[in-house]
Amino acid sequence: MEPEQPSPDTEQESLHEEAHLPPPTFWPIGFAIGIVLILVGLIVNPELISSIGAVVAIVFGFLWFRDATRELRGEPVVVEPERREMKPTGEGTAAPAGSAPAAVEETAVTRSRFLEGATLGLGGLIGGLITIPVAGFAILPGFLNQKVHKVDLGPITGFPVGQWFIATFITDPVEGEISRRTAFIRNNGVVTNPNTKPSPSFTIISNRCAHLGCPVQANGPQGSILGKPTRHEHTLNGPLRLIPAIPAGYGCPCHGGQYDTEGNRTAGPPVRALDRYEFEINHGRLVLLSTYSVSHVVGTGGQAQIYKYKQYGPGQHVDGPEAWFYPLSPPMHG
Amino acid sequence: MTTYKRKPTKGELRSQRLEEVVMYPIDWLEERSGLIGGLRYFLFRKVPGDVNWMQTLGSAALTAFLVQAITGVILAMYYTPSAATDPHTGQPVAWLSIVNITDHLTMGWLVRGMHRWGASVFIILMFLHMARVFLFGAYKYPRELNWIVGVLILVMGMMEGFTGYLLPWDQTSYWATVVGINLNGTAPILGPWLAQFLRSGQEISGETLTRFYSLHMLVIPGGIIALITLHLYLVIRLGVTSPPWSKEAAGMEPSEDGHAPLRPGLTQPVPRGISPQGEPGGSE
Repeated sequence: MEPEQPSPDTEQESLHEEAHLPPPTFWPIGFAIGIVLILVGLIVNPELISSIGAVVAIVFGFLWFRDATRELRGEPVVVEPERREMKPTGEGTAAPAGSAPAAVEETAVTRSRFLEGATLGLGGLIGGLITIPVAGFAILPGFLNQKVHKVDLGPITGFPVGQWFIATFITDPVEGEISRRTAFIRNNGVVTNPNTKPSPSFTIISNRCAHLGCPVQANGPQGSILGKPTRHEHTLNGPLRLIPAIPAGYGCPCHGGQYDTEGNRTAGPPVRALDRYEFEINHGRLVLLSTYSVSHVVGTGGQAQIYKYKQYGPGQHVDGPEAWFYPLSPPMHG
Repeated sequence: MTTYKRKPTKGELRSQRLEEVVMYPIDWLEERSGLIGGLRYFLFRKVPGDVNWMQTLGSAALTAFLVQAITGVILAMYYTPSAATDPHTGQPVAWLSIVNITDHLTMGWLVRGMHRWGASVFIILMFLHMARVFLFGAYKYPRELNWIVGVLILVMGMMEGFTGYLLPWDQTSYWATVVGINLNGTAPILGPWLAQFLRSGQEISGETLTRFYSLHMLVIPGGIIALITLHLYLVIRLGVTSPPWSKEAAGMEPSEDGHAPLRPGLTQPVPRGISPQGEPGGSE
């Protein structure tokens, strides 16, 4: 046999030779801490901390080097033999001695199974940590902190008793044109109620159709045909337009829903009466607040009895069995 | 490499050289990725011999989608999804950018037109493709899952239509979106929540526009691309169906790759001693 040609045996030997890796040590960790101390010290305190870091790095580096080169220097390598504890075999199974390791693998969490679980678990955790805030940001802003906008419509003396106005106004000056809304407003005069002191009464109906939210129009003459000018004013919210009108009711251009002057549905697909605006009178000025939903209204003007509900979207029933379809409304108007 | 018995001419040498130059990068890529082989498998895979033009409707719909994707990406370079009012003209910025694309930018009218009309073409082709699959019975085992994936693509295509309609930001698109969102809002229980999510609040605002823009150009197209990939994978894996009138599929005629008819008895008397071969589909 030629000496250059390695026999299968010597090849096996050399493989064994390569497998003699040094045992794991803690020295590299100390060495890394030393390097970190040097770098941190360069920013914080170069003289003190960096010197300590240098000492730590040199000491641990030396120990590491000594450990890693032990085999080269001819010192014996001490590697602890790998051991598995023998599990007692189950009763009645007179298993041969050779099958014991198999029994161990069945019951114990193996290394690969552990790594598999750890990878999936950590991956899921990281995925969740990223997804939850992102999904929250995508969804929650549309539901939380919904603002109520106050709309200043000018002094109430601008609204003669019994006269309807088609008022167009900006609800949110920051949003601008896109927040332009229209309401039908009538001053009902001062109403005396047995329970409260006399107070001004207004009927303020939103022009949003209770079917699918199209803009309902006043059915009847309006503006210059009545010989009354359209008023353009400027309030805190921006431009305000008041068109005098004599509506016989309201009609929707989209799908033909019809309402009477109190906003009760008279024909077509709407599921309830028109929404209304809450209002307050602040230093003699009419101020619109949030809207609310109405199932129907009995009576007219200041004597009207309004069946009032919290704000629902168009097309959603507020009363009757159909209202059971909408048990949970998203938060509106904060 | 070709070996010549005689000395190669200059022309032969040149074409040999050219072939090497062309093939080198292709071979390089193939050796490292296998992509060329995969592409070749996809493009030159076997289909039944009696397929017809109706079976090109799927790739036509795919082409329509690619047209939408490309024109959409270019339109996104010029479109501004802002509901703010332009101080000089008093018009909304989004609408002005659409006017700019349509009336002022070179060939903007063409690309926007391709996107706008191509949207309808995409939907129509999906429906025609669906009708073909239905009438050919190509949705049956084992292709049911691909039918379901196709329906999801159709639904997402319609969501593209709904979200894209708002972007011109004119009266038509605004009120169509008001009605569309409120229509979603009437769905029982979760409807109001869905509507408020789409609106990003109680009222349609500038946020609704940017939200629809993001859904229209990022979220939904991403979903469609993923679903189309799955759809095509299943087409390649399961193969193309023959038309229902196919004599080959019914086993009455030899197939193109030389298999004998599976049911010769249907067209001619079976010779004694010869049984139909045990091919898949031959159930006798």
